[in-house]
Amino acid sequence: MSVAQPLLSVEGLSKSYGGVHAVRGVSFALNAGEILALIGPNGAGKSTCFDMLNGQTTPGSGRINLLGEDTTGKKPREIWRLGVGRTFQITATFPTMTVRENVQVALVSYGRRLFNLWTSTPRYARAEAGRLLELVGMGGYAERPCGELAYGDLKRLELAIALANQPKLLLMDEPTAGMAPRERIELMRLTAQIAREQGIGVLFTEHDMDVVFEHADRILVLNRGSLIAEGSPEEVRRNPQVRAIYLGEGLVYDARHREGAPT
Amino acid sequence: MKLSVHDLNSHYGPAHILFDIALDVGEGEVVALLGRNGAGKSTTFRSIVGLVAQRTGRILFEGNDVSDQPTHAIVRGGLGYVPEERRIFTDLTVEENLEVGRQPERPNAPHWTREKLFALFPNLAEMRGRLGGRMSGGEQQMLTIARTLMGNPSLVLLDEPSEGLSPKIVEQMVDAILTMKKEGVSMLVSEQNLHFARLISDRTYIIERGRICFSGTMSELDARPDIRDAHLAL
Amino acid sequence: MAFYFVQFLTGLASAASLFLVASGLSIIFGVTRIVNFAHGAFYMLGAYVAFTLTERFSGAIGFWGGIVAAAAIVALVGVLVEMVLLRRIYHAPELFQLLATFGLTLMVEDLVVLIWGPSDLLGRRAPGFKGAVDFFGQNIPSYDLFLIGLGPLVLGLLWLLFQRTRWGVLVRAATQDRDMVAALGVNQKWLFTSVFAVGVFLAALGGALQIPRDAVHHAMDLRIIVDVFVVVVIGGLGSIIGAFVAAVLVSELNAFGILIFPKISIILVFLVMAAVLIVRPWGLFGRQEAAARRTPGLTINPWRPLTSNERLAAVAALALAAALPLIGGNYALTVGSEIAIFVIFAASLHFLMSVGGLASFGHAAYFGLGAYGVAFLAKLAGLPMILSLLLGPLLGLAGAAVFGFFAVQLSGVYFAMLTLAFAQIVWSIAFQWVAVTGGDNGILGVWPESWAASPAHFYWLSIAVAALAVAVLRIIVFSPFGFALRATRDSPLRGEAIGIDGKRIQWTAFVIAGTVAGVAGALFAYLKGSIFPDSLGISLSVDALVMVLLGGVETVSGAILGAIVYKALSIWLVSQTDLSKLVLGGIIVLIVVAFPKGIVGMLETIRQRRPPTPPKSALLTSGIETAE
Repeated sequence: MSVAQPLLSVEGLSKSYGGVHAVRGVSFALNAGEILALIGPNGAGKSTCFDMLNGQTTPGSGRINLLGEDTTGKKPREIWRLGVGRTFQITATFPTMTVRENVQVALVSYGRRLFNLWTSTPRYARAEAGRLLELVGMGGYAERPCGELAYGDLKRLELAIALANQPKLLLMDEPTAGMAPRERIELMRLTAQIAREQGIGVLFTEHDMDVVFEHADRILVLNRGSLIAEGSPEEVRRNPQVRAIYLGEGLVYDARHREGAPT
Repeated sequence: MKLSVHDLNSHYGPAHILFDIALDVGEGEVVALLGRNGAGKSTTFRSIVGLVAQRTGRILFEGNDVSDQPTHAIVRGGLGYVPEERRIFTDLTVEENLEVGRQPERPNAPHWTREKLFALFPNLAEMRGRLGGRMSGGEQQMLTIARTLMGNPSLVLLDEPSEGLSPKIVEQMVDAILTMKKEGVSMLVSEQNLHFARLISDRTYIIERGRICFSGTMSELDARPDIRDAHLAL
Repeated sequence: MAFYFVQFLTGLASAASLFLVASGLSIIFGVTRIVNFAHGAFYMLGAYVAFTLTERFSGAIGFWGGIVAAAAIVALVGVLVEMVLLRRIYHAPELFQLLATFGLTLMVEDLVVLIWGPSDLLGRRAPGFKGAVDFFGQNIPSYDLFLIGLGPLVLGLLWLLFQRTRWGVLVRAATQDRDMVAALGVNQKWLFTSVFAVGVFLAALGGALQIPRDAVHHAMDLRIIVDVFVVVVIGGLGSIIGAFVAAVLVSELNAFGILIFPKISIILVFLVMAAVLIVRPWGLFGRQEAAARRTPGLTINPWRPLTSNERLAAVAALALAAALPLIGGNYALTVGSEIAIFVIFAASLHFLMSVGGLASFGHAAYFGLGAYGVAFLAKLAGLPMILSLLLGPLLGLAGAAVFGFFAVQLSGVYFAMLTLAFAQIVWSIAFQWVAVTGGDNGILGVWPESWAASPAHFYWLSIAVAALAVAVLRIIVFSPFGFALRATRDSPLRGEAIGIDGKRIQWTAFVIAGTVAGVAGALFAYLKGSIFPDSLGISLSVDALVMVLLGGVETVSGAILGAIVYKALSIWLVSQTDLSKLVLGGIIVLIVVAFPKGIVGMLETIRQRRPPTPPKSALLTSGIETAE
């Protein structure tokens, strides 16, 4: 991991809505190939933080630097052009297209052909779309209508779409929400593998502690808009403040991840 | 039996979702309906309260067949429903949200007043005048349960109460459910989190691809790790 | 100074009725999510019934009692409509609801003429408010002062009703999530019915109160509904206070606009509306709507380019159509040309609706602009026909570029209302700017040159252009642009997240559709040899919508079949009956309720041999959220 220049660096990020501080003074950095989890109680500011990073929300103050470029206040599509792939908490795909076409649209956009009125899209970059689908294990579904896919498969399709612009950074908002436990582990394992192979940095929010402790290299804990802890899964798990505010007694997640359990 | 469901089949358009579902909830019991996402838990609940248009089968609530009744009539009969997505009225205050749920007192069910509910969920008491949209996910989950209790139900269908909540809030939810049980509310709770289900329920069903594939107590389930691991995929 | 003040008061008085109607529309929309196009019809009915009652019963009690009784009677009619029609379409897409309630409007227009006759009716003046108040030498009718006081009073009463009663809390809850209200034990059927009754009561009261000010006539429904749409777009749909503020604003703009631009006063309202939309796209007091509902029978099967067999079939059908001059007479050829022109028009709207997900309720504006473009070029500039045909549609393009820019900032019902209002503005300009457009007399003598003058030649020209237009639109559908447009329609969120500027894509699509509609209009001008403001009117816009709907929105080729069937049917209908609006309205309602997928959609369903649909209609079940 290079130490010279982080992929993403965030300094003093803040946002308030009608006098309520949703996020205040959040700073952190993310390196290439690193998997960073953002956790915290509901309403802690995770979503707001995330939306500011991906351009959905304009920051109140603070700076976001992505790949050496200041992206503070840029639009989502401009941030995407810099090489940021995204997946959504509730999958967002194009149900009236086939699985392959879903990826092809992203490739069309990446190739800057959006205003081309006369060539055939179904023939555009078929092979590249197929390769991306193979990568996420969806090769066999390429010609299926996207509207017919099961939820777990939609999540994988989203990942393929997110990889279409050869991203340097993946932003994943609750990537495993609504999935069965085994699917969760598989999806995150796949994501981690792709990220490590291609040196992509991953930032994700998540409520499933089993997923977080299993896959994150580092964890950021937000509470009431501020960062209260940062560190390895082990450090965060032992942090008494995090336990008091967020993790509780550990009754409701996998025993393997409870404090003191053998790992 | 508080609730018994026989041969429940449901469709969404051309898709057959539920197959011959049969389940019972006894008086004062808390029963867990376990299964992974998409297994048919929410559809089962929505079918019971009549929110799925295409369903067949018999649903007996307190001995009466409610299969052909519209949703509001079933709910008025004392069968409360708390949806998975919480569905708080974000433009209404906490008190107004409760008002929407208010129904007359029922002889065979505990009577809930605002004050009693504020005692059950102390967080809500501090924010009576706050708009639902200004509440955190955990607070909204409490409000949605309180709102349903305002209808004085004798049975509550609780759809994934722990989904998306922090572990700490989930523990508070366990306490609330146990208090409700002590007051005499029967419950059918759908869940993916086995740890949570273990803490609250007397019995459990496992649903997979729209079919009930296990029925028994928690210890019976623990004795069958094959079933548990196959269908809950832990 | 006094004159301006009196003008100001006149504006305030006009605002009262506008507010009543607009608030009724807003309340109904809030809970049922239906933009009730028939609201203008209820307003008109209120005026007619009140006219009858106040003529029948004398005295102050007869008058005021008649006004309130009229509103109550019309509210009962509204209850009936809600129970019979609207309950069937609550889960249908917005487009269908707008069309069904528009169909209702058409029916009411003919019924009103049947019952009360076609001429204007002048009602009684209000007892106790017959005189005028002198203000520095200017007269203000005292009835106007009464209306000025009434507006805020109704606003206050509505506020109390919604904030202080259990009914109000339930209505506000249902505004947000009606199914959840039912799941808490509230009978939402009756809640909806009561809300609809309140909304219709307000509209009918607004109409009844107009009797002392204006004549009652059978076109007052469309006039008010366009104003009301402008009001709710400015004020924000669903907001009662927004309806009040915007009603005052629009009325004042009209009152003073007349002084500034006597000929085209509506321009001022348009400019203000445009300004508001740029600053606050959801209106002054409105809020962003949740994502629009999906259209019914949304094709799970993605569209495919034609197979070689289908291509052959299309060519064969075209060849068959081209053979018509061998068997048909001049009349058949003229009808054939008209149908071909409407195929172009419908295909352009269909492109916008099915690929872009944008249901324009004012598409005729660009058809008409294309026609006027040709008329200007041919008559005023004296250009040859070929050049006029090529350049005329550019006026459609220009109009689509200007209006489309604003329209695509919005979506769903807002988009529909805005496009309708824009079209109505273009219509007003064509109607009022007599010096340029000839106003009601139109522009005459736009005849084709000799090479295209014979009916057979013109027919071949028309079907050739139609085939070309359809082919071009199909190529665009499968082009990267077409996919980007569909992507924006399917999921704007995901589109933006893969670098698609959805608004620019939609704007481009709007311009393309407007230009193609302009091509149809250009041919139409030559076919008819003349051009009138009707070619920009609401009814032509709705014709296009019905063609698309009849063919099937969610199909790639529906517009063609829909245009052929509908145009042939309506030409035949007009020759058979005087009550064509009544029949047409009935047909629209029937299609929406019984055949929401249209002809092609139904054929496709049959071809796919899906398992028989269970008891409830496909329309109803499609509205239910998908399983887990």
